[in-house]
Amino acid sequence: MSSQRRTITDEEIRELISKLQTLLPESRRRGANRASASKLLKETCSYIRSLHREVADLSDRLSDIMETMEGDNPQVEIIRSLLN
Amino acid sequence: MNRKNYTHPNPNPNYTSNNSMQSLHFIQALARINRAASKPTTPSCRTKQIRHAAYSSMAYTSGSRRKWSRALLIRLRQRQRLRARRLLTVRRRVRIVTPAMSLPEEPARAETLRRLVPGGRSMEYCNLLEEAADYVQCLRTQVQLMQSLVDAFSS
Repeated sequence: MSSQRRTITDEEIRELISKLQTLLPESRRRGANRASASKLLKETCSYIRSLHREVADLSDRLSDIMETMEGDNPQVEIIRSLLN
Repeated sequence: MNRKNYTHPNPNPNYTSNNSMQSLHFIQALARINRAASKPTTPSCRTKQIRHAAYSSMAYTSGSRRKWSRALLIRLRQRQRLRARRLLTVRRRVRIVTPAMSLPEEPARAETLRRLVPGGRSMEYCNLLEEAADYVQCLRTQVQLMQSLVDAFSS
């Protein structure tokens, strides 16, 4: 597979990095419009870590909620129908 | 109702059909966990099941289209198998040994990103950035979904 590696232009890397930048929430961009690639990668890494933590935290809360639910709760069906 | 052919102007550009697939997968998994709750489960066990369901629904939605989702699906199934055989006693990361693709001219932070994105170790730098962007988007959707559920049930 390494023999098929095409030369990746700097332009493509810049585009992908700016795409990553747009995905970061406002609070993390910190006016870093001309941020170095390294800084942006660092922000992306910390953002991914914080998202993982949020998933873990929300799982915990959902677990508490589900514990207090009884049997076949109609609310689940309501939510499902709202999503469709 | 034939959903596939039904098109209408989407008022919310952030809401795609992928999002609703992800939501549906997750809610179905939650319903399964709820039904199986007749067996005594500790709260921490249920939390783990829900976390597993969260990452599962993310990975299933992207399916085989993305490297990260394929890697994540493999990882989840391995953990499930090990857990079933009660071999996953310590929180050990099951790592598939693949050749590392990091180049010397990459920024140092790329290595951390490779560890955070599933399957990132064997990606080329260019793909890594693309996969990371997609992974972040999927994670955000999942977090928003879970937050909405918590809000809905808390009110």
